[in-house]
Amino acid sequence: MEERARLCSVWLGSETGILKGVSVARKQAFNFCNSSHLSRDQEVRVLAWADPDESELLLGSVDGSVKTFSLEKGVFTDTRRCGDAQDGCFTGLGALPGGALLTCVERGVVRVWREDKSEPVTELNAGANVCRMRQSPVNAQRVATGGKENGLKLWDLERPGGPVFTAKNLRDDWLDLRRPHWVRDMAFIPDSDKVVTCTGHHQVHVFDPSTPQRRPVLEAEFGEYPLTALALPAAGGAVVVGNTHGQVAVLDLRKGLVRGALKGLAGGVRALQCHASAPLVASCGLDRFLRVHSLDDRTLQHKVYLKSRLNCLLLSRRPLEEAGAGPGAGPGEVKEEQDEDDEVWAAMEQVEEEAGKRKAEEPETQKKTKKKKKK
Amino acid sequence: MEFTEVPVNQQSKAKKKKNKAPKMKRGASQEGDGEKVGLETEGGDAKKMKPETATFPPTFSVSEIKNKQRRHLMFMKFKQERRKQKMQLRKKRQKEREALGDKAPPKEVPKTIENQRVYDETTVDPEDEEVAFDEGTDEFSAYFQGLTNPKVLITTSDRPRGKTVKFCEQLATVIPNAHVYYRRGLALKRIIPQCISRNFTYLMVVNEDRHVPNGLVLCHLPDGPTAHFKVSSVRLRKEIKRRGKDPTEHYPEVILNNFTTRLGHTIGRLFAALFPQDPQFVGRQVATFHNQRDFIFFRFHRYIFKNEKKVGIQELGPRFTLKLRSLQKGTFDSKFGEYEWVLKRHEMDACRRKFQL
Repeated sequence: MEERARLCSVWLGSETGILKGVSVARKQAFNFCNSSHLSRDQEVRVLAWADPDESELLLGSVDGSVKTFSLEKGVFTDTRRCGDAQDGCFTGLGALPGGALLTCVERGVVRVWREDKSEPVTELNAGANVCRMRQSPVNAQRVATGGKENGLKLWDLERPGGPVFTAKNLRDDWLDLRRPHWVRDMAFIPDSDKVVTCTGHHQVHVFDPSTPQRRPVLEAEFGEYPLTALALPAAGGAVVVGNTHGQVAVLDLRKGLVRGALKGLAGGVRALQCHASAPLVASCGLDRFLRVHSLDDRTLQHKVYLKSRLNCLLLSRRPLEEAGAGPGAGPGEVKEEQDEDDEVWAAMEQVEEEAGKRKAEEPETQKKTKKKKKK
Repeated sequence: MEFTEVPVNQQSKAKKKKNKAPKMKRGASQEGDGEKVGLETEGGDAKKMKPETATFPPTFSVSEIKNKQRRHLMFMKFKQERRKQKMQLRKKRQKEREALGDKAPPKEVPKTIENQRVYDETTVDPEDEEVAFDEGTDEFSAYFQGLTNPKVLITTSDRPRGKTVKFCEQLATVIPNAHVYYRRGLALKRIIPQCISRNFTYLMVVNEDRHVPNGLVLCHLPDGPTAHFKVSSVRLRKEIKRRGKDPTEHYPEVILNNFTTRLGHTIGRLFAALFPQDPQFVGRQVATFHNQRDFIFFRFHRYIFKNEKKVGIQELGPRFTLKLRSLQKGTFDSKFGEYEWVLKRHEMDACRRKFQL
């Protein structure tokens, strides 16, 4: 169990309440749950890393509980209740420095929880029908919320009195009709204050809180179906968006034009994430597949069938293809193996690398056959 | 005039060819139907007698003949010859089989795109716990646990004409507990809450184009999913030959064939939940949904056991073909609904051996 957890580089939460880990290099998928009591109440809505060195995962389920999953032990270590089921599902989850927990629910209540207290430390109301809450990757205290008829708001958790920035609605259209708001997802653009959002009315907006303009500084449209997820590639200058029909495209953030489409999806997109360093984007959704596309040539790199509808997705920071183990624990394991081998291979130092590779491959093939048998 | 000319030409050609005879053989065999032509060239005298059957230079093709009638004639001959060869070969093989008797090698199975199907990783394994759980708790689980009884509302697009009206009426005789309503220009999104409050479990909307049904929206209530099908080759009862008497009101049995993938399972369950769970075998009626190459064929039959071995069936109609266009999560909402699966032409059907259902 522990070893399996360390292998995985992609984590997915499913509608059936199962946490799934996928090792792309080994082309294996694992379920992390006790299959004896599966239930739809456990449906995983949001996933987040509990700490910056990615040793623990946080899962927000539909029934209002947040579970902690330890990658080193490969088991769920902790469950705590964060809010009632009446508040609606989780729309955002994050960890704050100092072990605090940040949650947001559909009703629009953003709460900060300390580990020792059962009551929230900070609570702020972001308005009804919040579709997504996201934390800035640079400053953990900076948070964005947005939803249906609830424009983008930026908050500073240290000053919970009011939002730092509130987006203004778009100008009325040429018939002088009000244009509806519907923020579905947002992301902080690194190296600037800007925030990019995608809406249920197939628009992509870029807001710039550093300027006095509260309306979007860039408006773009993609397709004709609601956009559900977005992700920022590591290279910058672009945004990947996906809609309910499974159309995923890379939009340029300078002019808002489509750079290219990522093909192969059959159903609506639920979550997108780009890899922190490599030009890769992972997508999951209602068609029960995890797909990894390359952003360079937009080809499909990996495709894994995961049996349940997938709600959320989380990539680890290390290279996707790396077959090795997780942070900390990884090198130790490799060393051990080498120690054993040293006696045998002492005379053959020059080809040591190759031998090591072969060693690594052997258990893999064995596992594959095992998996087949299971199937 | 032409006819007189041509033989002259041919003769002159034939003369030329005499010198090249060995080459011709090769050329003919390259064309792949060599044997017979080769035989004729061996018996060289025969060729003089019948200049028409003369062999051609190696690069000759029938399409090069400029005269249309002539070309047609030659082509017909060419075809006849090929057919003859084929028949001969077949007879020969048959004889060999008979001669060998029991020891004959097993007959080859013809290659079809179905048996060459590309493996689909979503094919459902009946022992899979996770899929079983997923199916056990999905929107149809209430029906399969016997908690609800199907009640179906059938309606059409606005102002139905011609065939569509009859098609709806006949569908209502096939599906028990179905009610046909006139659309009255109502929006589907406004009909759905009313249907739910009246305990309908299905909403079925038949769309038409030029007085012929061409689309079907099948919406499971109260919380989805919604499937959109293309409807084609509709034949009503009147148009079916040798059909039986009109169906009785007994609950029919349902046969679902070839729904193997995860998507196929969902669609199969969608159809199964249209009919009451306990068929009345007295009626001896069967509704069949047969999936082949992603086309779903619907047939409605009455059967009879003639003796221990023989069964007779009689089609009752209507018959039609469905093709899945999309499967949407939740009740009908084509603008803001989330789609579980959408048919993407040229992307999904690029491989003819890949099937979705």
